[in-house]
Amino acid sequence: MNLPIYLDNNATTPMDPRVLEAMIPYFTQKFGNAASRNHHFGWVAEEGVDYAREQVAKLIGATEKEIIFTSGATESDNLAIKGVFEMYKDKGNHIITAVTEHKAVLDACKHVEKLGGKVTYLPVKEDGLVDLELLEQSMTPETILVSIMYGNNEIGVIQPVKEIAAIAHKHGALFMTDATQAVGKIPVDVNADGIDLLALSAHKMYGPKGVGALYVRRKGPRVKVTAQMDGGGHERGMRSGTLNVPGIVGLGKACELARLEMDSEAQRLSALRDRLEASLSELEESYVNGNVQHRLPHVANISFKYVEGEGLMMAMKDLAVSSGSACTSASLEPSYVLKSLGLSDDLAHSSIRFGLGRFTTDEEVDYAIEVTKKAVTHLRELSPLWEMFKEGIDLNSIEWAEH
Amino acid sequence: MAYSDKVIDHYTNPRNVGTLDKSSHKVGTGLVGAPECGDVMRLQIEVDDNNVITDAKFKTFGCGSAIASSSLATEWLKGRSIDDAMAIDNMDIVEELALPPVKIHCSVLAEDAIKAAINDYRVKNGLEPIELEKSHH
Repeated sequence: MNLPIYLDNNATTPMDPRVLEAMIPYFTQKFGNAASRNHHFGWVAEEGVDYAREQVAKLIGATEKEIIFTSGATESDNLAIKGVFEMYKDKGNHIITAVTEHKAVLDACKHVEKLGGKVTYLPVKEDGLVDLELLEQSMTPETILVSIMYGNNEIGVIQPVKEIAAIAHKHGALFMTDATQAVGKIPVDVNADGIDLLALSAHKMYGPKGVGALYVRRKGPRVKVTAQMDGGGHERGMRSGTLNVPGIVGLGKACELARLEMDSEAQRLSALRDRLEASLSELEESYVNGNVQHRLPHVANISFKYVEGEGLMMAMKDLAVSSGSACTSASLEPSYVLKSLGLSDDLAHSSIRFGLGRFTTDEEVDYAIEVTKKAVTHLRELSPLWEMFKEGIDLNSIEWAEH
Repeated sequence: MAYSDKVIDHYTNPRNVGTLDKSSHKVGTGLVGAPECGDVMRLQIEVDDNNVITDAKFKTFGCGSAIASSSLATEWLKGRSIDDAMAIDNMDIVEELALPPVKIHCSVLAEDAIKAAINDYRVKNGLEPIELEKSHH
């Protein structure tokens, strides 16, 4: 076992060596511009892109022509939201999203508001799921788009996308989903789920950074987005710019591997995750955040009350995880996702996210359990709050000087 | 952002972790910060008849820099007179621990904890609390 251990696979994943192998020729021998239609070099590059497009499409049940390559999920989210807003402005100007979305979606929506659009940010229930009744009530004749993520990056909860899509469609709106964390981890099918636009990224599924895709439905209905990048009219006019051929080939290979290995991998990871969670839940005053029935197989988000996440991570030496505490930011605000579940600030500050991945072993999880338990125990010995809790003092009865 | 060696040292081997008898008139307790902000420090001093701090203990809920700041504070407090202790400035802690700008609030909290402990001691012993300038955070 090599230290440190990487358990932050929701931030990014290591590239699978098989993906790298597929990409390498496209840097040197097969370097052509996929848009060069009149010579061998262009054709070879185009072949690589075509194969990749087919693999991306297959993974999500789409057709090749519905895949627009981008620089990643952030660009895909921006293109979908701003592009739909511009394209459908004669139809309406209202977009519905949720407060637990990724910043790429939230900030694209903020931009739309600046352009005169109206955006509803739905709250979520305590388990992180969108309230379908509330969504239904929020739909208006002006609503052109509902954008709700597939699986959450911090807590891993999976939204009821099929039901959400049905509500959107019933009211004549399109349904878009940021599926960055879900694609390649769980089965996603754009037709079965009723998805009109879907954002995905290569580096969350063992592919390279800097490449992703936007799925744009072509039939029933035919969806269009206004390009946000002007230029040579690549990608059916929706995203100009010379194609990142090696990156796209890598994304394709990553999708192919994910499709072939997803079922067994999801089983393996959820068993590992459950073991991690069960062991860490043995610690007093530890709480699993988010819905535990509907969630991605590889994520566990746990709050260890009375210890602060950042301090805890420092004690979990040799484990790379992440925390909902944000002691480094000027605002000292903890995770907005955890807060929107109704978690108190102190529990949000006490949270650790474990993100398992394809290369996580049983041995590493065992090590992580041991290190985490030790670290929590150590920091509680240092914690005045833990001492008060043990003495039976109600922390809410103390007048804290908020700073 | 990597932590400085001194922060790591204090974090790994925190000095003077513990609890003094807060009902003793010789002991002053300062509890500052708030759980909602992710930082709570409790700093305690024991003072002898000559106004010298003979012992200091802390417990901190917070990040590594907050723990290191309070650990360092207890080290500095031991053996100092109350007046000398009042003179400890948060920037001394910043300098000693090489804290980056985003962690300066940890040192401010440690300074506040020192002053709160001293004032608690003063009030317990029939003295006026020292007027503090409103802290900088």
